[in-house]
Amino acid sequence: MKMFDKPFTTQMLRRKSPWGTQRRHGSGGESRFSLRSLCASAPLWLIFFFSLLALPALAKEAEPLAADAVTEKRLVEISSELRCLVCQNESLAASNAELAHDLRREIRTLLKNGKSDSEIMAFMVERYGDFVRYRPPLKASTLVLWFGPLLLLIGGLSALFLYLRRRNQAISDAPLSAGESSQADRLLQANDPRQ
Amino acid sequence: MNRFLWPLIAFVGLAVLLAVGLRLNPRDVPSPLVGKPAPQFSLEKIAAPGAPAQMFSPQEMRGKVWLLNVWSTWCVSCRQEHPVLVDMAKRSALTLVGLNYKEVRGDAAFDIDKIAPERERQLALERATNWLRRHGDPYLLSALDLDGRVGIDYGVYGVPETYVIDKAGLIRMKHTGPVTPEIVSGKILPLVAELSK
Repeated sequence: MKMFDKPFTTQMLRRKSPWGTQRRHGSGGESRFSLRSLCASAPLWLIFFFSLLALPALAKEAEPLAADAVTEKRLVEISSELRCLVCQNESLAASNAELAHDLRREIRTLLKNGKSDSEIMAFMVERYGDFVRYRPPLKASTLVLWFGPLLLLIGGLSALFLYLRRRNQAISDAPLSAGESSQADRLLQANDPRQ
Repeated sequence: MNRFLWPLIAFVGLAVLLAVGLRLNPRDVPSPLVGKPAPQFSLEKIAAPGAPAQMFSPQEMRGKVWLLNVWSTWCVSCRQEHPVLVDMAKRSALTLVGLNYKEVRGDAAFDIDKIAPERERQLALERATNWLRRHGDPYLLSALDLDGRVGIDYGVYGVPETYVIDKAGLIRMKHTGPVTPEIVSGKILPLVAELSK
């Protein structure tokens, strides 16, 4: 927004005051807190007022705290290991999506029913698949995922090693012939500024 | 020539890999439920408000190939897919069962903390029946999943979603997102025909 390109001051508002009068600093008669300047900065007051109105909306985002802190702690631990399927780059613990709320509620219920962490993990995987886990399990279909990067690294390193060794050999295996050597000497002498 | 051949091959390989990757739909999460029995539930059928409540359970569909379609009136994509479903139900003998998902609490217009359970049920029934009356009803019946608990059992993470369930009650296909005429004629109908044999 254009308006916020410059620092937003009451000075700017004064210039655009509804009276259209240009004020100068030091012109007498205008005290700092006069009613006029207060009214001129009405938009600022309005912004302040409306942001106060928005406060309850912010407060609502907090999760209802369960009575026992242990359950809540385990809930956070488990749900940070799980992906929210609606906003896939967010964990279930961090997401504010509707489904994330529902699933956290579900996990809370399971915890209260005395389910273990692995049972809850299995509950989620049964319904949403391995994709729901941030740390995918090691099995046939995830082998490439787990070891692909390592293979690429080994491949890259060995290609680099082979290339360097071949280049080394190419350099050392080609000594100058007698003719080339004398030509090089002549060129060096011709370019030497000391002569 | 050989000097440039390998980098070229590597480049083309990478380009193909990325091109394929870009075409994949990240929303298409393979469902672990495919090949597994459809989770059981017992939910109220949608009927005109005031009518006596009747329950539905997937058990009743044994021996039939049927489709379970997750929908709700606040879901924009459901409105988009609805004519396709109406058309499909008209043209084929497919059995379509609706699962109305979080009709009231899924709608951002309502604050569920301020609605009593019975009021939520009434509202859901009113909204769902009105919607079906206005846009056509392709369903044999629709079940009312007010709190989305059954949705969780089916791994629903967005509406609409559609499941194909076989005679033995196994889920054979899951489609996420609106059903299009191409998906109906290319995937759903052939699969249903094969399963109905």
